[in-house]
Amino acid sequence: MLDVNNVSLTFNPGTVNEKSALKNVSLHLAPGDFVTIIGSNGAGKSTLFNVIGGTYFADGGKVILDGRDLTFLPEYKRAKHIGRMFQDPLKGTAPHLTIEENLALAYLRASEKTSPLSRVNKKDRARFREQLAQLGLGLEDRMHQPVGLLSGGQRQALTLLMATVVTPKLLMLDEHTAALDPATAEKVLALTKEIVGKNGITCLMVTHNISSALSMGNRTVMMNDGEIVLELSGAKRAEMTVPSLMELFKEKTAKTLDNDRMLLES
Amino acid sequence: MFLIIQTALELGFLYAPVAMALFLSYRILDIADLTTDGCFVLGGAVGVTVCAAGHPVLAFPLAMLAGAAAGFVTALLQTRLGVPSILAGIVTNTGLYTINLMAMGRSSNKSLLGTDTVFTLLKATGIGGEWYELLLAAAVTVTAGVLLYFFLGTRLGLSIRATGDNRDMVRASSVNPTYTITLGLCIANALTAMSGVMVGQYQKTVDINSGTGIVVIGLACLIIGETVLGRRTMLKGIVAVMVGSVIYRFIYAIVFYTKVVSVDFLKLITAVVVGLAIAAPTVKKWLAFQNRKRTARREAGKNA
Repeated sequence: MLDVNNVSLTFNPGTVNEKSALKNVSLHLAPGDFVTIIGSNGAGKSTLFNVIGGTYFADGGKVILDGRDLTFLPEYKRAKHIGRMFQDPLKGTAPHLTIEENLALAYLRASEKTSPLSRVNKKDRARFREQLAQLGLGLEDRMHQPVGLLSGGQRQALTLLMATVVTPKLLMLDEHTAALDPATAEKVLALTKEIVGKNGITCLMVTHNISSALSMGNRTVMMNDGEIVLELSGAKRAEMTVPSLMELFKEKTAKTLDNDRMLLES
Repeated sequence: MFLIIQTALELGFLYAPVAMALFLSYRILDIADLTTDGCFVLGGAVGVTVCAAGHPVLAFPLAMLAGAAAGFVTALLQTRLGVPSILAGIVTNTGLYTINLMAMGRSSNKSLLGTDTVFTLLKATGIGGEWYELLLAAAVTVTAGVLLYFFLGTRLGLSIRATGDNRDMVRASSVNPTYTITLGLCIANALTAMSGVMVGQYQKTVDINSGTGIVVIGLACLIIGETVLGRRTMLKGIVAVMVGSVIYRFIYAIVFYTKVVSVDFLKLITAVVVGLAIAAPTVKKWLAFQNRKRTARREAGKNA
């Protein structure tokens, strides 16, 4: 489904601040793959997402999604096929638009053959209601309230629904629960698992939480200094524990996972 | 009194599209579009010239097209060429001065003497009686408002609203903000130009300086309307600009006829009102903070 072939990206080339953020990274996802990505800050996880999503263009290499070369396609054109969620709950929704309008925007933009002047109809509205009800947050009775009134967790759950209201070819989750309190994060993760599982969405998820990196999805990738240093899947992944993975990281990179949050949350 | 009411209603609806345009550019897209002043004159200049050539109805679409073109230039400058949005409007506005002179045949004003306008055409049919001017102005403006309301509920309209609300989200959700900003500014300036051509045909004249300060007056109408009606929904917002525009012209007419203050002061008063109204949330926050500090200090004094 997704082929990232030898992608590299250097920030500020030719200056003292030159930083090689991605070094010939290759990653291949089969349809329905759910890959979790771990790595310390600055490892290139978000940069990889930005290259796949089109925020940055790669200096070299190719990004291919479902047979289509996306390498030089602008971000907004890729977004039709790629759903994205960020750490900041404020980033994914428009605060002054109502819940229904936010969903309508997500729905109308992603569905095929809608004219720019199309509107949501009664049937769509009933569908939104049903889907909101599945979140179990009571949002289905607040469809005409502006999204700005929702809490961070509610907004993140809504963003998840918006990203998947029309099943995307690829869903990218960039630490999408990191800004939420533990209980809400748990809930949003459970929703993620459910929605991704039910629709068989091909998914990439960055997380700093090693235990959820191992418990969610079917593959785990470890990045360090712009490279993929470890890929885990199948039996090897199944028997991996949090301490053994951290040990492995030390081995692979000759440094400890220097992130307090990882230790706290593991 | 009757004359005051009639004039206020007429002028209110004639100028309301400018406030509607600002509702779209300033409120929805969150862009202070300073093309407005020049664009208003552009609408009048193109409209009156076409009208003088014997096509009062054709003057409307042509003037709006010219307005949209002006909006397109402003949008191009800020979306593709990196000119800060306020500066983009000022640059276009400056250029429009020359364009406007040219549209009026290299003259600083143009009059319609003895030619038909949309207003005289309606008068000839007898529809509306004494109120024919109000009827036409209101019909055009309300139609524009209804169309705008429906448009804002479509996919494209929602995209434009989201662009002004959360540009991060828009970029990551298959909407091209360059496109939505461009389209929004084109529509807004077409509305401004529509007001220009209506006013031009109503007054049977257009002057190169007739647009000076119109952007601030439009903002005043917007703010007055929102103060009266609130701004929670799109429908309220669109009705509010019309109500605000009528109220503003009502105040204007009272000042004009009763001379409680000299008409010379009106622009200064308008500017002060708009400045204060836009500053109000900040001032309120500051006052509340000062109040809290004072209370805290007083309580500390009591406990000491």
